[in-house]
Amino acid sequence: MSGPSGDTFRERAGLALKDGELRANFRRAMDGLMGKRAAQFADADEWQRLRGLGESIRRRALSKLPDLLEQLEENLTNNGITVHWAETVEDANQIVLGILREKNAKTVVKGKSMVSEEMHLNDFLGRHGIRALEADLGEYIVQMAGETPSHIIMPAIHKNRKQIARLFKDRIDGFTYTEDAKEMTAAARAELRREFYEADAGLSGVNFAVAETGTLCLVENEGNGRMCTTVPPLHIAVTGIDKVVEKLEDVPPLFSLLTRSATGQPVTTYFNMISGPRSATDRDGPEEVHLILLDNGRTRIYADAETRRSLQCIRCGACMNHCPVYTRVGGHAYGGIYPGPIGKILTPQIDGIGQYGDLPSASSLCNACVEVCPVKIPIAQVLVRLRDEAAGHCSRPSVKESGAKKSTVQDMVWSGWKWMHESPGAYKFMSGVLTKTGNLTPAAAPLLKEWTSVRSKPKFAKKTLHQLAKEKGLADE
Amino acid sequence: MSSARDNILARLRKSDPSGDLPGSDFSVMEEKTWTAEEKIERLIAMMSAVNTELHKTTEAGWPDLVAELLKQREIDSLLIGTNNRLMDRLQGAWHGKGDAPDIRLYDRSYEDERAEVFAAPAALTTTRGGIAETGSLIVWPDAAEPRLLSLAPPVHIALLEADRLHNTFWQAMMAEGWKNGLPTNALLISGPSKTADIEQELTYGVHGPKELIVLIIEG
Repeated sequence: MSGPSGDTFRERAGLALKDGELRANFRRAMDGLMGKRAAQFADADEWQRLRGLGESIRRRALSKLPDLLEQLEENLTNNGITVHWAETVEDANQIVLGILREKNAKTVVKGKSMVSEEMHLNDFLGRHGIRALEADLGEYIVQMAGETPSHIIMPAIHKNRKQIARLFKDRIDGFTYTEDAKEMTAAARAELRREFYEADAGLSGVNFAVAETGTLCLVENEGNGRMCTTVPPLHIAVTGIDKVVEKLEDVPPLFSLLTRSATGQPVTTYFNMISGPRSATDRDGPEEVHLILLDNGRTRIYADAETRRSLQCIRCGACMNHCPVYTRVGGHAYGGIYPGPIGKILTPQIDGIGQYGDLPSASSLCNACVEVCPVKIPIAQVLVRLRDEAAGHCSRPSVKESGAKKSTVQDMVWSGWKWMHESPGAYKFMSGVLTKTGNLTPAAAPLLKEWTSVRSKPKFAKKTLHQLAKEKGLADE
Repeated sequence: MSSARDNILARLRKSDPSGDLPGSDFSVMEEKTWTAEEKIERLIAMMSAVNTELHKTTEAGWPDLVAELLKQREIDSLLIGTNNRLMDRLQGAWHGKGDAPDIRLYDRSYEDERAEVFAAPAALTTTRGGIAETGSLIVWPDAAEPRLLSLAPPVHIALLEADRLHNTFWQAMMAEGWKNGLPTNALLISGPSKTADIEQELTYGVHGPKELIVLIIEG
């Protein structure tokens, strides 16, 4: 199973909703994650003050972004880390390839990195004869299955243990079929140990890049991130330009919000702060460390004050864990790299409204994501903005391919609706007609059938409110 | 690639978001405090909850405890760095005991020693301190105690001096002025390596140590 296929969110969601196994896998996972997160923030006062602090740190960093990126570059360079800038994923891929070729590297072990997913880096390196192996257990499973992550924190959350056991049986030499998670984990450990030991390079993402000290912070539980950034002689980190924070003291509150929001853990097993390659006196660690700062549409998102707030994200995934839509359709239905509510605002902005203009409408605007966001991103507000952008109704459009979903029919219907409600005579006439003929309209009529395919057809009353009021003797003023 | 750099910075500088510069109220980070005794108990509770084994011991008693813990696991060698204090203490306590574990040293560069480091069944390190709030060890690897000691061997034994416990991560970095000089690698370690990537079932010992044993040295 490679997730629901189809060209649009609507098609993929339809297929996902009919997949009972997929729905059960997500339902179980999301219920568990919501419960664990709630337990972490039982103290409402602490939660409100901590998220207020988190929001202020992210907004402050964005307000000074160009200066902080320059400061980060200067301090990383002073620490011996080489900084590269890439405007597009193509440029970033070429930079990675160039660094690897310089070192004649043939194999790369990878820690979890969503930016490398944005780059489709594994496929790119594969086409150039370099093997990239995912080392996070969830990513390892997803890569083995030839799939993409369905969740930004737990990539293999769409699979159950039986599906993983069958995959391991097919793909790992000498694996004896078992559905025991400990034995499956042990099998992956044994395979990957050898890979860490032999790899020519390690690649990772970045959770926070600290401008003040020139430090790259990585958050993880498994130790694969430490392996990738410690054992091979070369470490390449890739990150979006939005991940910078101003001060070292900004890191602990964000780290606390991240782990507690993401998986309901008070802390992860490892918090790894890298401020340089192996020094003259160190005995281990990579001899070279590179950081690639990727734009890929982020400067465009930054240009508008409303969409800029999308860049506050610290990638905890709480919005998807609490989303009634995500829980039912799973991550692959969204089609982009980032699923769930944050994906619904990031993907159309990064990849364009043309392909992803339907995502902002895949929401009831219930606000669950906004309630749990640890840095207070106004996701619902940005969703509405993107709907306006998609329909070509934005007074100051700024999003890529704005207006790509403009529909003349839809615009005419709304114009008619507006005219009718502004004109008392027309309103009286139309409502009168509908009391007589409304119930004769077939459920499958154009414009109505989309609604009635999953809902009962509304039933029109025999008399309008105006007529009823008149009969009661109320004056029509 | 300087043009990419210039283009990105130029695009960012077209906007002026300086009006959106909220102040940051760190009081929620400042006010978490515990007594010395509470800090130890909290650290033990937090780390035990994620499968860490903790023992209270003394400066005189820890070498024998290490020998005993290794014996229980039928491990006959221990990898350490070149920290002189550790070496002196272990050699003093284990000298002349026939069944004491072999002490192996990680004292050359990784390239010369990697086979031995990856094959070592257990390693011992000191720590810079601990964090009560989250149950974390602060580890700053260096030449005397390289990074892989706390990562490659399946058993990691860490010595933690009770009087080096901080309330929170934020308070630790502020009190010690970390921003004025971080090592090439600084770590918080809060348990043995773990994953929940298969059906959210918590499983210990993925890529890092399968066991973390913390010896809290009091007095």
